[in-house]
Amino acid sequence: MIREFFTKKKQAITIPSADAKNDVPEGIMTKCPDCKQIILTKDLIKTAKVCPKCDHHFKMTAWERVECLFDENTFKSMDDHLKSENPLKFPSYTEKIASDSEKTGLNEAVLTGIGKIGGNEVAVAIMDSHFRMGSMGSVVGEKITRAIEAATDKGIPVIIFSASGGARMQEGVLSLMQMAKTSVALQRHADKGLLYISVMTYPTTGGVSASFASVGDINLAEPKALIGFAGRRVIEQTVREKLPDNFQTAEFLLEHGQLDAVIDRRNLTETLAKLVGLHVREAN
Amino acid sequence: MSKTLAFEEPIVKLREKINELEEFTSTNEVDLSEEIGKLKTRLSNLETEIYSNMEPWDRVQVARHPERPTTKDYIAELFEDFMELHGDRSFGDDAAIIGGIGFFESMPVTVIGHQRGKDTKENVKRNFGMPHPEGYRKALRLMKQAEKFGRPIICFIDTKGAYPGKAAEERGQSEAIARNLIEMAGLKVPVVSIVIGEGGSGGALALGVANHIHMLEHSTYSVISPEGAASILWKDASLSKQAAEAMKITAPHLKEMGIIDEIIPEVLGGAHRDPKAQAVEMRKVLKTSLDSLSEMNANEIIDDRYNKFRAIGVFSE
Repeated sequence: MIREFFTKKKQAITIPSADAKNDVPEGIMTKCPDCKQIILTKDLIKTAKVCPKCDHHFKMTAWERVECLFDENTFKSMDDHLKSENPLKFPSYTEKIASDSEKTGLNEAVLTGIGKIGGNEVAVAIMDSHFRMGSMGSVVGEKITRAIEAATDKGIPVIIFSASGGARMQEGVLSLMQMAKTSVALQRHADKGLLYISVMTYPTTGGVSASFASVGDINLAEPKALIGFAGRRVIEQTVREKLPDNFQTAEFLLEHGQLDAVIDRRNLTETLAKLVGLHVREAN
Repeated sequence: MSKTLAFEEPIVKLREKINELEEFTSTNEVDLSEEIGKLKTRLSNLETEIYSNMEPWDRVQVARHPERPTTKDYIAELFEDFMELHGDRSFGDDAAIIGGIGFFESMPVTVIGHQRGKDTKENVKRNFGMPHPEGYRKALRLMKQAEKFGRPIICFIDTKGAYPGKAAEERGQSEAIARNLIEMAGLKVPVVSIVIGEGGSGGALALGVANHIHMLEHSTYSVISPEGAASILWKDASLSKQAAEAMKITAPHLKEMGIIDEIIPEVLGGAHRDPKAQAVEMRKVLKTSLDSLSEMNANEIIDDRYNKFRAIGVFSE
């Protein structure tokens, strides 16, 4: 009996890993990775997941953005039934998609649909970096293309929230071609004189940055969002110099003329509503 | 003699043996012509066998061959009265992309292509064919110019990728590529792109939103280099041979996936063995392409391009 008591106690000891220090378990409290402040999770949701102390913008899921963005009960998602295949037969790719799908409740790394912002109808594509790093394969490209086409057909603006590591390696050149596919759709939308707003969030890199994300009529970004074509490490190895700390941040891009504005997320919905309102044309 | 690639070694060895025998007979009074004849037949069989059974990794080696013909080589063979035009009108002139106007079969055309160097000095000047944003913006300027004058556009794709540098990021590498994709989509004139070497990712695609895309038999077109794929997917760059297979980056694979239109056959062993003969093959395909596109009006050309890219993707509903 006594021996058993001792072993039990021993089993109860857990040594926290180095990661765990920054990783307060999900639940009542959330720790800001930037200023380390502990915040009540329900308070964080009230501030659109922006740290009230240091303004750090937490990552958001696509559905969380929907909550913040649309007039109540106006959003209707589309193309939730599309499923990725494994065209290059990459080992465990299918399983990874399935597990991310379960984790996020999304069929792929983008949520698309139509809803109202400030009373005006818009089509949106909201990428979710919790799903395969938000990478773009065939389904992501197809869903974004269909959202743009829906906007073109209805004569309404399209807003794309990017959050992506770039093209999805496991679908090879098919992923690359999604950059072209979304572009031909955007060209048609633009040709009708319709508004496209690109909102770049953490992170917008690689093939997504080098296609639809960079060519909005209006390019917006969230504060400190990582935005760039090549990865920081690759650039450092190529040019053999240390890059400035603010390299490839939203503020850096604004300074270099690549963005129209950096918008705090707490003002984002209002900003988008205003911009969309400015482009509403009188119905004839 | 050009650089020998690993898979070509049996051919080179046999050729050396034949040369030795020939030399021996010329200095000694023995007749070995029958043996030499037999060996020559074996050599030609061996060449056919090896060059017609190239693995993806072998093709990657041919695509990267230092003597592989570049955009400039093909321009010299395919176009008359070519004049190079420089600059993006806002920052500079990027030597990694060249462009200009000339005649193809007596028709004025605009030609644009990535430009590698063949030696260190030229590669430094050309930045190894890896463009900065001003290169893509020059290309776009020339495309809009072609559109104004109703000239078809021919693009040669030959780059490892857009340059991953600090200045390139500062000047908007992403935007420059993205802008080309969306603007090319709306061009009212026919666009034909030919991948002549390596087609590396977004930096290649920025000259690739075309009505027709053709690939030289041993060229590659991919989202990432085999080395890059191996290090990202398996954390081991030495697995690039396997990655070349798995990523499906060769002309036959892209044809199979319906991404490209024609595979342009290469002269035995690769284009570098006979650039003139290679250009003859390219001329045929280019002519057929331009002829079929010349029957379309502006809207049909744009719709044709739309339909082409709209259809790419593998998924289930």
